[in-house]
Order: sequence, then structure tokens, then C-alpha cells
Amino acid sequence: MSGGEYVAAAYGVVFVFLLVYVAIIAAKLVRLQRDTAELLELARRRE
Amino acid sequence: MSSAFAPIRSLPGLAAVAAGLMGGALLLSFFIAPEDADQGISQRIFYIHVPIALTAYFCFGLGAWKALLLLWRGDERYDLESYVAIHQGTIFGSLTLITGAIWAKASWGVWWTWDSNQLVLFLTLFLFYCAYFMLRFSLPEGPRRSRSSAVYALFGVALIPVSFLAIRLAEDFIHPTTFTRDGPQMTGTMFTAFCVSWAAVTLLAYVLYRVELVGKRLHTDLRELREALE
Repeated sequence: MSGGEYVAAAYGVVFVFLLVYVAIIAAKLVRLQRDTAELLELARRRE
Repeated sequence: MSSAFAPIRSLPGLAAVAAGLMGGALLLSFFIAPEDADQGISQRIFYIHVPIALTAYFCFGLGAWKALLLLWRGDERYDLESYVAIHQGTIFGSLTLITGAIWAKASWGVWWTWDSNQLVLFLTLFLFYCAYFMLRFSLPEGPRRSRSSAVYALFGVALIPVSFLAIRLAEDFIHPTTFTRDGPQMTGTMFTAFCVSWAAVTLLAYVLYRVELVGKRLHTDLRELREALE
């Protein structure tokens, strides 16, 4: 591998880590949205 | 009930500043800073590797500070803040080890060397905080878990200055010293690129810390709401 390829690999790893992190946060948001919808349904049924 | 909404207000602005700084850092690191005469293009890994390593230290330090506040004031909200900071520290610690290994391969021809005290001490610090999660999740949720985790997090903070000063303490010639008493051993443009990169990575870590904290508090709020409704 050349020096440039090592530089690309180092920055690429950081970029991929960030993407994975964003994907995990997005998955958690979807779960929170589902929980909120369930609670809203529960609250409406109690009214 | 803890509120997840109070810290959200400033988050979009902070995230935008972090993104702008990151763009500026990449521009400076790749197009403005001159190529290093000794290492060539592979030296540009310095602008991402060192800020990430410093940010990992910062996150571990923040986790220990929040742990101290928990033990001192007894406020349970510091437990979650300490946990999230240490979680961020292990993420940035992993990135430090990976980018460091790539730079080592490019510069020294090996992915890792046990001869460098700096590397071994950083790995020790990283593994110490990885074990924090094993301790935390082996205990049932409650005050005992919070306090045990806080004490453990505080012990680890002693490793940070040792790891940081390892190069100077051991006169390690494999891992060179860039910042000496005479100032940074680099040109003004290189130093500017480094400072902008450091600011960008630190702010990014802080934004991720706040996002994760908001998510976890929201989850707790919803759980309490469910218990109240059922």
C-alpha cells in the first residue's frame, strides 16, 4: 500500500465509524417513535 | 421524572458548527498544510489521529469528573452522564487504536509495537474502561451499581496523565514528541490544521455525547410514563 492509501484508510475508518454511529442512533429513534406511539394509544384508551 | 428536552435546544447549532469545523479541518489538513519532509503524505494521519486520541482522554476525564460529582453530591443524573462520557471515550479510543495502527504501518512498517510505552499505556487505559461496562452490566440497576461504577471510573482517571506523559517519562524514541517545551515542532500552517481538527473532533464528540444522553433520558422518561399509564 502507498502512503496515500494509508491516509485514505485512516480517514475512511473514522467516516465509517461515524456512519455506523448515525445508523445506531437512527435505529434507536425509530424504537423511541414506536414506544411513543404505543403510549399515545394507551393514553387514548384510558380517556 | 428527568427531562430529555432541556438540552436539545442548542444541539442543532452545535452540530452545525461541528460539521463546519470538520469541513475546515479536512480542507486545511489536505490542501493547505504542507507535506511533511520526513514522513510524506502519511503524516496527514496526524491531523485525525492525535485529535481523536486527545478527545478519548477528554471523554474518559469527563466520565471520571461526572463520577466524582455523583459520589460528592449524590445526584443520580451524573451516573448516566458518566456512563455516556465513558462510552464516547471507548468509541474514540477504538478509533485512536485503529488510526494509530494504520499510521504505524505506514511509518514504522508494523501495525503495533510493544516497545512503545505510549501505545501500551493507551491500550491499558482503553481496556480498563472497556472493563467498566462489564462491571456496570454485571450489577442490578440502582444506587449500588451507580456508586460502584463511579468508583471504578475514578480509579481509571489516574492512568490518563501517565498515558499522556508516557513519551516524556520513558524518552520513547519510537513514538516521537511533537509538542515540546520549545513549542510545537511543526510549521504554523500545520499547527493551525491540527488546532482546527482538534476543535472539530472535540465538538463532534460533545455533540455525540449530548445526542446519546438525550436518547437515553428520553428512553427513561418513556419507561416511567409507561409505568404510570399501565
